[in-house]
Amino acid sequence: MEEPQQTVTNLPRPASASQPPRTQLDGPVGETIFDVRNVSIWYGAFKAVTDVSLAIHENEITAFIGSSGSGKTTVLRSFNRMNDLVPGARVDGEMNYRGQALYGGGVSPTAVRRRIGMVFQKPNPFPKSIYDNVAYGPRINGERNKAKLNEIVERSLRQAALWDEVKNRLNTSGLSLSGGQAQRLCIARTIAVEPDVVLMDEPASALDPIATGKIEDLMRELKSQYTIIIVTHNMQQATRVSDRTAFFSVLTEGDSDTRTGVLVEYGPTEQIFQDPTDPRTQAYVTGRMG
Amino acid sequence: MAADTGQQRKADLREPAGWRRAKNRIATILMVLSFVVVIIPLGFVLVTVVAKGASIISWSFLTSSIPPAVLPANFGGIGPAVLGTIEIVALATVMAVPLGILGAIYLNEYGGNGLLARFIGFLSDVMTGVPSIIMGLFIYSLWVVHFGYSGLAGAFALGCLMLPVVIRSSYEMLRLVPNTLREGAYALGATKARVTMTVVLPAALGGIVSGSLLAVARAAGETAPLIFTILGGLLSANTNPFSGANTALPLQIFSNASQPYTGAQARGWGAALTLIAIAFILMIVARIVTARFSRYSR
Repeated sequence: MEEPQQTVTNLPRPASASQPPRTQLDGPVGETIFDVRNVSIWYGAFKAVTDVSLAIHENEITAFIGSSGSGKTTVLRSFNRMNDLVPGARVDGEMNYRGQALYGGGVSPTAVRRRIGMVFQKPNPFPKSIYDNVAYGPRINGERNKAKLNEIVERSLRQAALWDEVKNRLNTSGLSLSGGQAQRLCIARTIAVEPDVVLMDEPASALDPIATGKIEDLMRELKSQYTIIIVTHNMQQATRVSDRTAFFSVLTEGDSDTRTGVLVEYGPTEQIFQDPTDPRTQAYVTGRMG
Repeated sequence: MAADTGQQRKADLREPAGWRRAKNRIATILMVLSFVVVIIPLGFVLVTVVAKGASIISWSFLTSSIPPAVLPANFGGIGPAVLGTIEIVALATVMAVPLGILGAIYLNEYGGNGLLARFIGFLSDVMTGVPSIIMGLFIYSLWVVHFGYSGLAGAFALGCLMLPVVIRSSYEMLRLVPNTLREGAYALGATKARVTMTVVLPAALGGIVSGSLLAVARAAGETAPLIFTILGGLLSANTNPFSGANTALPLQIFSNASQPYTGAQARGWGAALTLIAIAFILMIVARIVTARFSRYSR
């Protein structure tokens, strides 16, 4: 076990700051979607995440694992600027999406979110019909053509493996679905706008194992079209679905008891789970605490 | 077989005797008693009004003009007051409900914890406590003094009374909309206005509508602010709510009840029953509308 008393200053960096770690997977690596360099995220005076650097690749599933409070969700929500909705939230450092600074001047958060969708921890279907739930995104993008909307709704629900279960009751409330179905509805709603990236914040944590399995199958299928980043507390889930894994941990500054999240290690999932380089990763993935 | 298990002691699942059980019973009895106490005056009011007013109600009673007070019960009706109430309450609703809902949207969705939002919220709460007669005097000095009595002036006064109620009830409904819904819409690239109009407002609409209709029903029964603004006392209907004195059911009830003639008193009871019936119909409409708007909410 490592020494818990550790200060921010002697924090081992995952890699040199200017060069985010890019450990090669077998086969070609997709284009870099997100390029994150030395990002720290603040909520008011609280520094939730310190100095995160990593690169997310196209058509891969990247898993964020780590204990509560390690900043996984905070980093995830900064990718589509959802943190903008939290008063006092601030992002320091460089965060690029396909070569464009996400937090640069003139960048519209709504334009960002149309390309980078998000599925939340708790299924949150709108209190509208199943059809209107899926058609919501296309409609706000200006799609009015009824036939086109029908087509989008059917395609999205099929992609989300929900079509057969709901095709005869598209006009019933989205809230009438079970937890697993509701989450798949939310995934259908997200992919209906054909985003580039889908962020998933513990999408299966409220679901039973069968529904979880369906969501995981779905993610593997969606991978060919979308880039997916998933936050999960379930390490088996990370090993089952992800290509790359980032391990986050809580760093407690000794004297002041200030806590902040740090990225400890990032690499191909297999390496993170079987041959981690950092002792903290080793301890976490083998179940000996993070 | 049964003899083998005869040894086993049965689990005692009865509620244990003692102070805890006694407290439970006392509390239950107190609740039933308070319910009865509440329902008695309510029942008396309804029974009395129906008993004394039902016999006079007819279509001609609801539409005929108001006769001189000395005439017996089978003459004339309360037509001008029914028309006046409908005109004035409708105008007040048109003014106060949209304004109140927009105000609530500002307070909950846009104002945040800002100084302006807190100030407006505070003022609206203070306004709820303003006596209705003060509201009548306010409109009298501001409007009636310059432009004379009119249904419109009455609608202003009732609107001022309804406004804080609509704001408060709508605000509470908007606050109940879970933030996860807003986030879901934002994550699809919706703008704030869009999120508010297409997700937040529909999710809260059932409650907003029923809260607003309650405010309408309450305003319909207000008497004091109307004395200063529509004057009352006319015998034939004034179909123009924008000019000239008007009358309304509460004023009619007041003036008829203070008459010594039994005919006038009977017409007063009829007017009271009509007013209760209007409030009752509004409540039913509120229920139906709420059920309709929240059909996707469960």
